[in-house]
Amino acid sequence: MADTTARPSPEQVRWRTHGRTRRSTRTLRMRTSAVIVTLVVLAVLVVPPLVNLDEQAVDLALKLQPPSPAHPFGTDDVGRDLLLRCVYGLRVSLLVGLVAALVATVIGTAVGAAAAAFGGWVDRIVMRLVDTFSSVPHLLLGIFIVAMFRPGVWPVIVSVALTHWLSTARIVRSEVLSLRSRPYIDAAVSGGASRLRVIVRHLLPGVMPQAALAAVLMVPHAMWHESALSFLGLGLPSHQASLGNLIQTARSSLLAGDWWPTLFPGLFLIIPTLAIAGLAGAWRERINPRRRSELML
Amino acid sequence: MLELAAVTAGYERGRPVVRDAHLTVHPGESVGLLGPSGCGKSTLARVAALLHRPDAGTVTLDGTRVQGWRHRAPRAQRTAIGVVFQQPRLSADPRLRLRDLIGEPLRATGRRDEVPSRVAELSATVGLGDDLLGRRPHEVSDGQLQRACLARALVLRPRWLVCDEMTAMLDASTTAALVAVVEEYRSAHGAGLLTVGHDRVLLERWCDRTVRWDEVAPGAAPVQG
Repeated sequence: MADTTARPSPEQVRWRTHGRTRRSTRTLRMRTSAVIVTLVVLAVLVVPPLVNLDEQAVDLALKLQPPSPAHPFGTDDVGRDLLLRCVYGLRVSLLVGLVAALVATVIGTAVGAAAAAFGGWVDRIVMRLVDTFSSVPHLLLGIFIVAMFRPGVWPVIVSVALTHWLSTARIVRSEVLSLRSRPYIDAAVSGGASRLRVIVRHLLPGVMPQAALAAVLMVPHAMWHESALSFLGLGLPSHQASLGNLIQTARSSLLAGDWWPTLFPGLFLIIPTLAIAGLAGAWRERINPRRRSELML
Repeated sequence: MLELAAVTAGYERGRPVVRDAHLTVHPGESVGLLGPSGCGKSTLARVAALLHRPDAGTVTLDGTRVQGWRHRAPRAQRTAIGVVFQQPRLSADPRLRLRDLIGEPLRATGRRDEVPSRVAELSATVGLGDDLLGRRPHEVSDGQLQRACLARALVLRPRWLVCDEMTAMLDASTTAALVAVVEEYRSAHGAGLLTVGHDRVLLERWCDRTVRWDEVAPGAAPVQG
């Protein structure tokens, strides 16, 4: 055709839109993640009080029904509606993830900031302790901690929180160490500020963005840990819907060829955690634009 | 009297930046310390401001031998010395508005009630308008920020001032304005001044006495580069 000669060649188009394509995938990822996270939050907050159904309701006549209009996700091996159980399971996982990440971040920030701010032998002892704890596999330590309590939500939260503050402590410590040598800390010392005031007024506000980011990135990690513990039968009691429990009880039916009790809880675990991680990634690029340009090179 | 005797200081064990330095500043006197960049004069200024513990040597402040540095120094000793640093960007907490930046030493020493009056007084002295006081460091220029940093150094009415290349980043008119503020403060309060720099003309016009780095630390290793 005659008019095609006027168009730029494919190379030119790619060259010109190169930057724009990158940027649009980034905002696409951020938008998709934001939409999914919003849907998840709405689902776990609104659905349970609104539908007012019993997610424990057993109907043996309807056991292992494939997905249908009445039960969009099908039913499990004792005839409970899987969609409802997935929503309740996600609610528990999200709760555990949020609370555990929050507690872990508070512990990690306090320990890391104290170690870096005091320095010297305090720093050395505290960080060697952190190294010692990190050398034990997280899951093993987590199993040890949950095994000491009766199964329930709180032991899982304690177990996940107590095994996950180490990385935050390291991040906060290195961040405080770099802030501590800035002249404005010298100026504060010279202005008569006490050690505590330097930490609270100048150092902690400086590490807040990094600590908050670490907290958000930890939520999906904590959710996976909760599921892993429940899958191993050490987390929540098995009648209570949790994503790990759902996958655990679905194992036997998967071998019989019934795919839905495994697939849907799995997707409920993977998609929201990826969405939260995606949002956190977009946030990290925003607070640290230099690292973004390094990544793009 | 602010007296540094046989001070050896550095950042790594066995590699001192300053060797065997002697320097005395009398009350009300202004001393300019002149040296090339990288010779260790900022380190000596940090030792004099009780911000860096020397490896050897003594510092005597108003007749008392200094026993500890940074937080180990008593608050009265630390706040007797006002410090102005070379780079205002790095010496201002990026989260504090200029108003809070200037008043911070008063808050830190539990004199919160003096904050409004002192901040108003000092911002007029250093020439900062009311709209600038409400801004954060990234919203003002280097010169404006250095004015705020000088006001912060003066807010506790120190008996000594240590200015480490205070005007190195600034244009001539801001330099003149800040030097005038320091001199005005000194004549009103009789404070001693140690100012560090590499600009011979400026220091000789500003100070009662200028000393060269090789007079302060005769044993200094030749500066590389």
